[in-house]
Amino acid sequence: MSDWPLLSLTTFLPLVGVAFILFVRGEEAIVAQNARAVALWTALATFVLSLMIWANFDPVQGGYQLVEQASWLEPLGIRYHMGVDGISLWLVLLSTLLTVVVVVGSWFSVEQRVKEYMITFLIMDTLMVGTFCALDIVLFYIFFEGILIPMYLIIGIWGGPRRIYSAFKFFLYTLAGSVLFLVAIVVMVREAGTTSIPELTRHDFPVAMQTWLWLALFASFAVKVPMWPLHTWLPDAHVEAPTAGSVLLAGVLLKLGGYGFLRFSLPMLPEASAFFAPLVFALSIVAIVYTSLVALVQTDMKKLIAYSSVAHMGIVTIGCFTANALGLTGAIVQMLSHGLVSAALFMVVGVVYDRIHSREIAAYGGLAERMPVYATLFMLFMLASVGLPGTSGFVGEILVIVGIFAITPESPAIPASGSLVALLAATGMVLGAAYMLWLYRRVVFGALEKSALAGIKDLRANEVLAFAPLVLLVLLMGIYPSFFTDPMAASVDRVLAEIGATGPGRLALQLR
Amino acid sequence: MPSSPLPDLVPLLPQLFLLASGLVLLVVGALRERDGASRVVAPLAVLTLLVAAAIAGVLDRTPRTLLGGHFRFDAMAAFLEVLVLVGAAASILLADTYQEDERIDRFELPLLALFAGLGMSLMVRADSLLGLYMALELQSLPLYVMAAFQRDQLRSTEAGLKYFVLGALASGMLLYGCSLVYGFTGTLAFATLAEGFGPGSAGGVPTGAVVGLVFVIAGLAFKLAAVPFHMWTPDVYEGAPTSVTAFLAAAPKVAAVGLTLRLLMGPMADWAAQWQQVVALVALASMLLGSLAGLVQSNIKRLMAYSGIANIGFALVGVAAGTREGVEAALVYMAIYLAMTLGTFGCILAMRRQGTYVERIEELAGLSTRHPLMAAGLAIFMFSLAGIPPLAGFFGKYFVFLAAVRAELTWLAVLGLLASVVGAYYYLRIVKLVYFDPPGEPFDVPTATGLRLVTALSAIAILGFVVLPGPLFEAAAGAASSLASSAVAVPGR
Repeated sequence: MSDWPLLSLTTFLPLVGVAFILFVRGEEAIVAQNARAVALWTALATFVLSLMIWANFDPVQGGYQLVEQASWLEPLGIRYHMGVDGISLWLVLLSTLLTVVVVVGSWFSVEQRVKEYMITFLIMDTLMVGTFCALDIVLFYIFFEGILIPMYLIIGIWGGPRRIYSAFKFFLYTLAGSVLFLVAIVVMVREAGTTSIPELTRHDFPVAMQTWLWLALFASFAVKVPMWPLHTWLPDAHVEAPTAGSVLLAGVLLKLGGYGFLRFSLPMLPEASAFFAPLVFALSIVAIVYTSLVALVQTDMKKLIAYSSVAHMGIVTIGCFTANALGLTGAIVQMLSHGLVSAALFMVVGVVYDRIHSREIAAYGGLAERMPVYATLFMLFMLASVGLPGTSGFVGEILVIVGIFAITPESPAIPASGSLVALLAATGMVLGAAYMLWLYRRVVFGALEKSALAGIKDLRANEVLAFAPLVLLVLLMGIYPSFFTDPMAASVDRVLAEIGATGPGRLALQLR
Repeated sequence: MPSSPLPDLVPLLPQLFLLASGLVLLVVGALRERDGASRVVAPLAVLTLLVAAAIAGVLDRTPRTLLGGHFRFDAMAAFLEVLVLVGAAASILLADTYQEDERIDRFELPLLALFAGLGMSLMVRADSLLGLYMALELQSLPLYVMAAFQRDQLRSTEAGLKYFVLGALASGMLLYGCSLVYGFTGTLAFATLAEGFGPGSAGGVPTGAVVGLVFVIAGLAFKLAAVPFHMWTPDVYEGAPTSVTAFLAAAPKVAAVGLTLRLLMGPMADWAAQWQQVVALVALASMLLGSLAGLVQSNIKRLMAYSGIANIGFALVGVAAGTREGVEAALVYMAIYLAMTLGTFGCILAMRRQGTYVERIEELAGLSTRHPLMAAGLAIFMFSLAGIPPLAGFFGKYFVFLAAVRAELTWLAVLGLLASVVGAYYYLRIVKLVYFDPPGEPFDVPTATGLRLVTALSAIAILGFVVLPGPLFEAAAGAASSLASSAVAVPGR
């Protein structure tokens, strides 16, 4: 089994599903039903294949595994080069899982252009998995940038009233950042003479060049994460995107930024990363505090969760740039946790939106009376978002905050103000508790007074099915985090070795 | 070269075949009844062009000079010739029903296209200033007539006249430049010019020759529709019959880029430091103007004109690099451009509602619900033009900017890519109309097989390019390596 090209199979299997859906013909209702079924089976098969990746992954090794290489664009020196390490492994699994979840979750709620809808989501699946598996920087860029096309269509076709404005904003914002990344790629390829990510990582770029390269990469990844002040596309995109679009946007696409920092900025440009770490910390803290405050005053549920995403991703960027094992592990866990929790929260909003067609917090109240199952799930994810111990949200945040304290003078980040950074980052937890609990109180508790809500139904079977894996994983990650952190430890150590940081790398061992 | 009583005519087979078939078709057209002639001549013209392309493709590619040294045949000529002839054939195929509907289905139109194809096939072989000028005129004259072909319509005649007057001005500049160069150097042949401009030239390059070459470059920039010689493009694109616009936008641009490469990377290769800045600025201005001015267009043909200007700018980035890699990049870019342009015009030619053709961009609203296939094709072309991976347009852009950065033109790469973000907006606007807006009246279903075939093949080429990009790059590399010059060095990889 292990000699199969597992990564390519996982990446391109969804396209086989697309081909099948393309040939579905007949009456509209039948086409829709068949398209859903094909998409579901394809997504499930892809997920199973990605589990095979996990089964074949050797957690002891820190290097890239299941590597595939093939000649592809020889005149330009670009090869088809795929592989996973402990960092990308989980993100691949997250992508394939969330694709299944959104296909199940939108089984009934999407009725228009079902065929095209399922096709775009399967294409997204291919592109997301490909991005995380690519070990050639141009190949990575192709997947990374290609995601814009399906996401633009998802927001624009199935989105809300201001979908066109949001789709354009999303596309152009991201494209503007990405072309600078492309310039950086071109310059790096010229400098190092290779497009292979492992080889580029080994290359020592001159420090003066690193500064510019780092800024160009930062422009792209900071938009994706998104970091304050480049986050303004996110609330618009989230609010207007259909539920499934928001799920993948928050669940996977935002992770591309964090993944980019871990895969490119830190290991390839370590000196510049050390130099700019204070900037990243400052922007992340502003993001955490400012967007949490903004989230407090939102009247739109989706917008509130969108702003909370910016705050949570601030923790991720801080974790990345602590450049020690705790911080990096924390950043990855936080990415995974946020991928599950924010995806679930967008689905939570989507459930009531499908029934009442309003995202206004004021339109709800007292849902616990009519929707007990829903209220329970909502509470779980709300608490996970707040970072309650025992849920996934806690693990990532605590690791990152401990990681900030573990910054030592030898490690290439600001030493003196570490505690200040930790203190301010931790305020995010407090504010997060405030806006999430308040949201929950206004929507779920109280008396059921609104007449529109009188006949509201609890979760359907497909919705429960869609939530089930997320519930399990959020709890598993909260109760037994080593299950997730063990396979990444070796890879994190490798990244730290690439950065050149020593010393604090051992701290992760004590935690285990 | 061994002297023989007869010149070596084998490398000229494509041209001879085109000429002979063209003359035969002229007779056929004249003898047949007027209304039916086009239906016979057009497919035969397509066939002729394709056969000529096939011959050019299989000819032995060892470099040879032809016809007294005014032309040469080498891998570069073969590569470009296949492109322009196939492009010309595809454009005639696209025109199929349009010309019937617009009552311009006269047999002269495909024939003019065929002769323009002959001119283009000679352009990419030019090896002297005289050959350059002759080939360029042979290509241009049929194009002027074609633009004015709808002679009872003000728009078309205006377009033809504008094109002709401005084109004649450009030709005049070109010819004036050629005469200056000849006057100061005493030679027209690229090979001897290269010596005069080379590092070994005693006493430097005569100023008069430099001035002459500037005029030549200006004339070429007009044919390329590069800023600041682009003014004719939007009006001519809009006014000419759409099928003719499709022709204008596709193959002649490829031929003009080929000709520019022949001149700049041939005799003037050693002189790159001088023209590099000029070409870089022209490229930058074209990218910026094409991207910005496209934002405010409401007519899709005008939009494509500005898109074409921007695309020439991107191709010129590769030229400006002045390296062999830059040449390769420009060639690859033009090949991809050809497919994107033909496909897009295929969609534009299908914009027909109750028998009349529409050109406003808004007419595309909601296309995806009525004509899902056409909508998907148009979206593919638009995303590719915007340079979004994994579509072919991305690879073209990546390669030209890689060449530019390797030639120390990083500033040009950065500005060009930012211009492409601006340009992305108008391509996205079309996708938005097609997919996001409520549907308007449906278009007539295009019946022409030629149109559907060309559009579908272009879409498949653009979409599938990512799977097998190697062959095009290898062919372009072979073509670029045949540009004989000492300065065309392989950059360090």
